[in-house]
Amino acid sequence: MKNGSAYVSMRDITKIFGTVKATDNMNLDVTKGEIHALLGENGAGKSTLMNMLSGIYIPDSGHIFIDNKENRFTSPRDAIKAGVGMIHQHFKLVEVLTALDNILLGYNVGLFVNKRIQKEQINKIMEKFQLDVDLDKYVFDMSVGEKQTLEILKTLYRGARILILDEPTAVLTPQETVKLFKIMRRMKNQDCSVIFISHKMNEVMEIADRVTVLRKGRTIDTLIKENSNPQELTELMVGRPVDLSIKRIDKLTDKVVFKVRNLRADNEEKVEVLKGINFEMYQGEILGVAGIAGSGQKELCEALAGLYPIKEGEISFKGEDLAGKNPKEFITRGISMSFIPEDRLGMGLVANMDMVDNILLKQYHKSKGFLVKRKPAAEKAKEIIQKLDVITPGVHHPIKNLSGGNIQKVLLGRELDSHPELLITAYPVRGLDINTCLKIYDILNEEKKKGVSILYIAEDLDSLLGLCDRIMVISNGEVTGIVDARKATKEQLGLMMLGNKEVDNAD
Amino acid sequence: MQIRLVKKADIGTRRQTLIFLAAIFLALFTTGLFILFLGLNPIRVYISMINGAFGSAYRLEQTFVNAIPLIITSLGIAIAFRMKFWNIGAEGQIIMGAFFASYVALNHSDLSRPVLLSIMFLAGFIGGAIWGFIPAFFKAKWGTNETIITLMMNYVALKWIIYLQFGPWKDPSALGFPKIPNFAENAILPKLFGLHIGWIIALILVVLVYIFMNRSKKGFEIAVIGESINTARYAGINIFRTIILAMVLSGGICGIVGMIQTSGVNLTLSKEITGGVGYTAIITAWLGALKPHWIVLVSVLFAALIQGSSYIQSAFGLSAASAQLFQAIILFFVLGSEFFARYKVIFDWKSLSKAKEDRE
Amino acid sequence: MITVAFLKAAIIAGTPLLFATLGEIITEKAGNLNLGVEGMMLMGAVIGFQMGYSSNSPLLALIFAALAGGIGAFIYAFLTVSLRANQVVSGLALTIFGTGFAGFVGQKLVGLKMTDEFNDFFRELKIPGLGDIPYFGEILFNHDMFVYLGFITAIILGLYLYKTGRGLNLRAVGENPAAADAASVRITRYKYIHILIGGALCGLGGAYLSLVYVPVWQENITAGRGWIAVALVIFSAWNPYRAIFGAYLFGGLDIIGFRLQGTGIAISQYVFDMVPYVVTIIILVIVSLRKDKRNAPPKSLGEPYFREER
Repeated sequence: MKNGSAYVSMRDITKIFGTVKATDNMNLDVTKGEIHALLGENGAGKSTLMNMLSGIYIPDSGHIFIDNKENRFTSPRDAIKAGVGMIHQHFKLVEVLTALDNILLGYNVGLFVNKRIQKEQINKIMEKFQLDVDLDKYVFDMSVGEKQTLEILKTLYRGARILILDEPTAVLTPQETVKLFKIMRRMKNQDCSVIFISHKMNEVMEIADRVTVLRKGRTIDTLIKENSNPQELTELMVGRPVDLSIKRIDKLTDKVVFKVRNLRADNEEKVEVLKGINFEMYQGEILGVAGIAGSGQKELCEALAGLYPIKEGEISFKGEDLAGKNPKEFITRGISMSFIPEDRLGMGLVANMDMVDNILLKQYHKSKGFLVKRKPAAEKAKEIIQKLDVITPGVHHPIKNLSGGNIQKVLLGRELDSHPELLITAYPVRGLDINTCLKIYDILNEEKKKGVSILYIAEDLDSLLGLCDRIMVISNGEVTGIVDARKATKEQLGLMMLGNKEVDNAD
Repeated sequence: MQIRLVKKADIGTRRQTLIFLAAIFLALFTTGLFILFLGLNPIRVYISMINGAFGSAYRLEQTFVNAIPLIITSLGIAIAFRMKFWNIGAEGQIIMGAFFASYVALNHSDLSRPVLLSIMFLAGFIGGAIWGFIPAFFKAKWGTNETIITLMMNYVALKWIIYLQFGPWKDPSALGFPKIPNFAENAILPKLFGLHIGWIIALILVVLVYIFMNRSKKGFEIAVIGESINTARYAGINIFRTIILAMVLSGGICGIVGMIQTSGVNLTLSKEITGGVGYTAIITAWLGALKPHWIVLVSVLFAALIQGSSYIQSAFGLSAASAQLFQAIILFFVLGSEFFARYKVIFDWKSLSKAKEDRE
Repeated sequence: MITVAFLKAAIIAGTPLLFATLGEIITEKAGNLNLGVEGMMLMGAVIGFQMGYSSNSPLLALIFAALAGGIGAFIYAFLTVSLRANQVVSGLALTIFGTGFAGFVGQKLVGLKMTDEFNDFFRELKIPGLGDIPYFGEILFNHDMFVYLGFITAIILGLYLYKTGRGLNLRAVGENPAAADAASVRITRYKYIHILIGGALCGLGGAYLSLVYVPVWQENITAGRGWIAVALVIFSAWNPYRAIFGAYLFGGLDIIGFRLQGTGIAISQYVFDMVPYVVTIIILVIVSLRKDKRNAPPKSLGEPYFREER
């Protein structure tokens, strides 16, 4: 890290969304040639702050200085001109265009594009930072890691000297993460400022020079990594000493309740997305599912709930084959599925409806007659609010106005309320703060104790290793192995996620 | 200076109504400017429009005669729109309803009046329902774009009636004039309080549709599909069947309008049977926020607008199209006004000058 | 039946459709579904006719027709881009507005005709050389300048979309505005400009009907062609080159009934009048059967864009 005054300086930045202060007089200084970590829980304001530095959001008040000059960005265009580029968590790439077109996008407005000259320039940058991107490949054919490298290349090509990476490792395998860190170090050596947003302590300790901790919209402190330690950082981040370890409860029985044999399914384009999945689940166990994003998790979830058309295979629940039955029959047999998509609302909940109607969604067909009965649903809603500490102005408030964590609690509460015997839950802690995460793990463990079998699909390997009994790894629609979560390592899972069939310690 | 948009949290019903009324006022104002530009006094034009719509028993009756088809068609459209199924084929569905009802009326006039009218009513519903079923089937099965298909089917229906009117159904006693014979006495809707009983049908339908949309299971399923197909699937709703059902109802209700217009107003079938109601009702359904009780209010006001416009046509020499123009302008303003319920616009005068100060 | 004269007439009948289809393609490429095509065509048709009649200048007529379509598109753009109103309903409102507008302005124009001098501007121009090729010359290269203009516009639009930087930006706006925005494409500006150009093209399509094709003013002169154009956009998979083929094909369908009448086939003309609409329905159904990434609509079509959406 070089000494000297800050290259980027954000002063007293405030941004309000509706009634929520997303950032409250935040401050941040970043120098040239450093990797600066922004550490904070979900909802601490990390992304919001960086969205303002990259011109996506406009601050309500405060000042942004770059190289001692005040800047007022009103669009990403202004920010990139000042040398700020951001790699977002959800990549800003156009799927139907090639890598090259994505790089040139918005940058080249001459009458006709001379792609050869541009390609040469891009190749130079690739060499300088040792990036590896196939420029003629379409984005929809790329893996997550490739897309991320492309985003970095795109940002560098536009002349960014300040790079913001928003939770870049969330979607990567451990191996890909190693690669990314190499790239980040190279950028640092080229005198770039790298801002690394994360909530994973070990990664921050590995890569950062300095760490700024944020909590609930406020800047807590900036520390030099060498002078700090994970315990201190965690305390600063959460606001009090916490035990981050996840409790695991031993599974109760060895009774197989759910069996999936040779499950195959095609997507709309007739490409096979599930390629002969085999596994079984015991009563009262949590079976984790790990895999790179888009490896077939969503299709698997939907297929197991009767929502996805399957080509062949057997889904047997307590000895009865449910393959080919309609979703309602899965529900009545006590199979409950909750999937939290990236936007949190795409599936399972109706954003514009209130809590009562959302609870009604899973109940109305049970009552007799032509009309719906809202009263029992309203009472259920109140119960769920109490049991899970949902924060809402009332049961008749459109749920889209609730915070992400509360929306997820409503969804989970509703699913648990149906007293399922098999609970399929995908990404239930996506985007939640540590406390809520722990609360949700507790709830899942409670259900496990009752003998519920839980299929737990997640991105975060730490939580999978901590919570589950066994972990099934899928890669490209295939099961590459099922391992004992007590013995498995992250590296082992990472290799399996990339398609290597596991060798040791299968259950 | 900066202009920024901020998303608002939900605003209350009162503010929403206020914004709506402001939009209507601005629409009146804009139209007023336009009238002024034509060299007329807008206040006088508006007053005589009101006079033309409500000024005498006869005009009032005409206003309500206009309101009946508008209300019922809007109800039909509202069911489809609630599902985000953009049914702009009400025009064709009305025509087919009218065609089916007329077929019964012209061929079975020997039946007793209550029986004949009941069968005509049913036939009207079926005619419209078939015209609603076709696009629904394609949409539910293959996701075919319903907007254009419903619209194309309007033209098909219209050409079909023209064919009948100029061809096989032409009244031989009309001395070569292309017209379909008038209905027999038996096939004509009776009157109650000076108005054909279509108004009773309309009111009954308002109540039924209200219950269906807000209290029934099927209505709930339709609303869920409209909000999110994925969630509907997830909840185990049979999407195919629900789309079909919604459109059969939507088209069927519009078909009833065809029966009422032939049997209660025109007393025969002709290519002018709809009077453009199928399109106007899109506006009234939207302005009524797809809610049956609001639809009644908006439809009566629009009927008054249409009736008033036809009155000022003769009084001020304005074109018949001016009513349509006026309606579209109101819709423009209301569409635009919804923005102000959802977003707050911030004009940031201070920030820049403050930044300057700081630098100095 | 498929004679040289028929094919030639099909191209002429397809020209207004081509303009409108191209207009809607460029609009939808910006991510906006404008169902006001019929309305904008009518606005262009009536203003073009009015201007042509009162000024006797074909050029002024065309400019004002394009402007009229553009103004209609501006209302739509303001509602949907700036005020983020529902695109479907805003487009419908525009069609209702355009229909009313044309009825209002056109009331005094019904039955009027242009001067011969005016019509002479749109006479057939034989392209030297090409026009002499047997059969093909007569079908393709012996038309009024409007037909050539439509053809050229399609080619230019295709080059613009697929070969230029701005075209690339435009496609990105329609596919993923957030990505385009992050890549510093000015979303609002791109949307406005292309919606307006789209409207102007629709206006020209309408003007062709009132000035050349019919060329007498009659109420509802477009007779649903605006809607057929919206269908043609889907048929041509948002590709301007394919739009040429689609438009001429539908041009042929449009005149088929009229042509058949002369041949003594004993089917009523009114039944044949249904053909273009029925075929549109059938084709839409067939198109919806094929699921293919490359023929998919722009991904953000119909969605308003708000950068600070959370």
